[in-house]
Amino acid sequence: MTMLLKVEDLKTEFKTERGIVKAVDGVSYDVNEGEIIGLVGESGCGKSVSQLSLLRLIPIPPGRIVDGRAFFEGEDLLCMKDEKIRSVRGRKIAMIFQEPMTSLNPALTICRQMTEMLELHLKMDLKTAKERSIELLEKVGIPDAKRRIYDYPHQFSGGMRQRVMVAMAISCNPKLIIADEPTTALDATIQAQLLELINQMVQQSHTAMVLVTHNLGVVARYAQRINVMYAGRIVEAGTVDEIWEQPAHPYTIGLLQSVPKLGAQAGKKLVPIQGLPPNLINLPPTCPFLPRCRYKSRECYREPWGELRHLGGRHYVRCHLDIRGEL
Amino acid sequence: MTQPVIPQTEEMPAEVYIQEALPRVNEFRRFVRVFFSRGVVRFGAAVIVLLVLTAILAPVIAPYDPYEQNVTNILQPVSREHLLGTDSLGRDTFSRIIYGTRYALLVGVVTVLIAAFIGSFFGIIAGYMGGWTQTIIMRLTDSVMAFPPILLALILAAIMGSGIKGVMIAITFALVPGYVRLMCGQVLSAKENEYVMAADAIGVSHFQIMFRHILPNCLSPLIVQITMVMGIAILTEATLSFLGVGIMPPAAAWGAMVHDGYRYLIRRPILSLAPGVAIMVVVFAFNMVGDGLRDALDPRLRGTL
Amino acid sequence: MTTYILRRIVQSFVVVIFVTVMVFLVMRLLPGDPVLMLVTSGELQEFTQEQIDALREELGLTNPLYIQYVDWLRKAVSGDLGKSLLHRYDIAEEIKRRLPVSLHLGAFSFIIGITVGSLLGAISALRRGKWVDMLVTVAANIGITAPPFWLGILLIYILGLYLGWLPIYGYTSPFVDFGKSMLQSIMPIFCMSLFPIASTARLMRSSVIEVIQQDYIRTAWSKGLNEKIIVIRHVLKNALMPVVTMQGTVLRNIIGGSVVIETVFFVPGMGLLLTNSILAHDYTVVQGIILILALAVVFSNLVIDIIYGWLDPRIQYE
Repeated sequence: MTMLLKVEDLKTEFKTERGIVKAVDGVSYDVNEGEIIGLVGESGCGKSVSQLSLLRLIPIPPGRIVDGRAFFEGEDLLCMKDEKIRSVRGRKIAMIFQEPMTSLNPALTICRQMTEMLELHLKMDLKTAKERSIELLEKVGIPDAKRRIYDYPHQFSGGMRQRVMVAMAISCNPKLIIADEPTTALDATIQAQLLELINQMVQQSHTAMVLVTHNLGVVARYAQRINVMYAGRIVEAGTVDEIWEQPAHPYTIGLLQSVPKLGAQAGKKLVPIQGLPPNLINLPPTCPFLPRCRYKSRECYREPWGELRHLGGRHYVRCHLDIRGEL
Repeated sequence: MTQPVIPQTEEMPAEVYIQEALPRVNEFRRFVRVFFSRGVVRFGAAVIVLLVLTAILAPVIAPYDPYEQNVTNILQPVSREHLLGTDSLGRDTFSRIIYGTRYALLVGVVTVLIAAFIGSFFGIIAGYMGGWTQTIIMRLTDSVMAFPPILLALILAAIMGSGIKGVMIAITFALVPGYVRLMCGQVLSAKENEYVMAADAIGVSHFQIMFRHILPNCLSPLIVQITMVMGIAILTEATLSFLGVGIMPPAAAWGAMVHDGYRYLIRRPILSLAPGVAIMVVVFAFNMVGDGLRDALDPRLRGTL
Repeated sequence: MTTYILRRIVQSFVVVIFVTVMVFLVMRLLPGDPVLMLVTSGELQEFTQEQIDALREELGLTNPLYIQYVDWLRKAVSGDLGKSLLHRYDIAEEIKRRLPVSLHLGAFSFIIGITVGSLLGAISALRRGKWVDMLVTVAANIGITAPPFWLGILLIYILGLYLGWLPIYGYTSPFVDFGKSMLQSIMPIFCMSLFPIASTARLMRSSVIEVIQQDYIRTAWSKGLNEKIIVIRHVLKNALMPVVTMQGTVLRNIIGGSVVIETVFFVPGMGLLLTNSILAHDYTVVQGIILILALAVVFSNLVIDIIYGWLDPRIQYE
């Protein structure tokens, strides 16, 4: 497998009234061609920002990419010229966003919003672009696509809009799709349908995908590898099996225990993680999960937050405790 | 490797918890900080304070009696004795501008407050009742709004007869529809809130719901509008007086002074230009303070007119 | 869309009815009646009692109120606005003569207001925090507060009297003498368009700032579009929506402002006629002019709403 994307030590900050928020604080990971990577964490842990930073889509100011490299097909996305990164956006790396209600332009028809990408990246003329768009819409399961392509976003339901987003994302055959919580805002039944659809599309075209979500169950089903993020850093990384069978970080364990499992023994309770995610301003030098950790020791208060530790295979963890598999 | 210590609740240093909670920001201090953060707003606030002080202390500040005519001393140029010269009847322009603050403030504050009161009342009723009540009140409002405010005030002032009372009634009437529309819109959206349904469900009277539950939640935009419109009211009064249907001579009203001075524009441009500057500065001040209030009270309203 | 337009037309029709009632009542609100008012104000001193009675008869003041209204409305619809109380000219004819003058200045002010205002506002928003933005913001804040009549006087003094560059009053039709017409209309149009420019720029600025923070703009960036396309195609249409809605207020302001500006510059339009008639207590003329002006506002609001419906596709379903 060839490596498609290699992110090293990515750091993104936001200046706010209260101080500097270190939303992403030294994140490194890689994505191979055709591979699905899950990026898991609670809201506000920096997972979305880390993805937006790759395509330099964070608002500057107040945001700022402080440090890091992101090699995509051998070139660093973070120091490309504006013109160059525009040719990557949508063409090589496409995004699917969380909010289907607000991610499409309310004043333009679906047709306009789809064809503009094809015209730009694939140099199609309007007629071909339209035909191709209709094909794509049919592919993602929009009934009566020939007519509905001239509709406006508000005439579609949330699920349908997200299908349109998927059609747009795959339209230029990108190498990588970043799906930022693509189903969070949808109904549970529609969520499953849409994830199946996305998975199917990605598999068909052998596109790599980073699936950002807070649902470990979803990730386990579709991804090959998982990165768990907490407070702006990756706290555990590994293959689905490694993490599912032998979670090594207390936070991952907490996430797993809060996922309902079909066929689990009766009477087994879901265990919620106590407390709230930390405020990313003025993080203490110690592990930020410490106040919520069920496994903490005195030593945790004395030691600074450590580096990722190799546990064998592709399994890494950012915790000095040895609690693998303790569920 | 340290052995994991399973659930442990004691011995947690306090500082770990402190960083958990977001730093709480005092609402009032936030308001003051945002309000005074812009230079123009500070300027506006200072001008308004100065305006009020000048109006109160006019007899102390003004070097001359603003109504004392002196035929031997007409159309004097700017000098140490007469900072802004004298007008065609020999009255000191500077003193007249100082006394003019009283008219400006009186018209600006009184008309707007009365208009806001009447307008909000009908607006809240229209928004809350809905149906035919709303239709009739809002169509009537639309109809009054078909007349540009300055035109409405002009005609009403003409009917009411010139003089401060007629002008104030005319301006008040012209300002009412704006408040009806504002509050109707506010109430329509506030009505959707759970607390209104809750109040309705436990049997609170309509009157109480309207004025005790909904009104306080619509105050921010109302306060902003009141401040902004004070400038507009002063401007309208000045325009009416300039056109000759407002506050009449010999009263020291700024608009009337511009009107009087217009005839001597070639000889003494300062006679009509100086009171105009006063009008502009005051209107600007109210506008900026309104802007500042809007930013400080409700960031979502930023930039709406 | 059609239902939306139909509904707006019906609403406007209701407003027009109310407007005519109000305009009609303006005359009846006078203490006594308009003729009495004229007599007491000394304008009709040389009139004999018979002439005054004849005037009352002509105005139908002896009939019950609702008959007076229906009568007046019927005549107004057929284009008969009566005669001037004082000078006995036909009001409709006079308005027809003066309307193009006011329309010339008003239309130019409006067009300049919306184009220059939107442009300045958009530039200011896209260059937020830069010197252009500062300049536009300060200028716009001054522009919405400067009293138009005072501004007119200031310009007359500086450009007309002091520098002698521009004629200080009057009006010439552009079809008669284009050059002279241009010179004469520069100052009035500037004074009338200042508020539209300033208020449109302010709203456009905040509107653009709001739109560029929306999710769909981020989506547009993520597609690899360049700034030009994003601004023109994705930002402007959305940003213009509130600006278009506000043009109703702007138009009202221009129509109201024309009364003042025409008076300052002695432009023989409807505004000057209105001021003079008000000061002379010539109420039939006042009535005729405010009817026309109010109808102009209602009609332009309708047009604006229809344009808005075309701009915002969501309106069809509301």
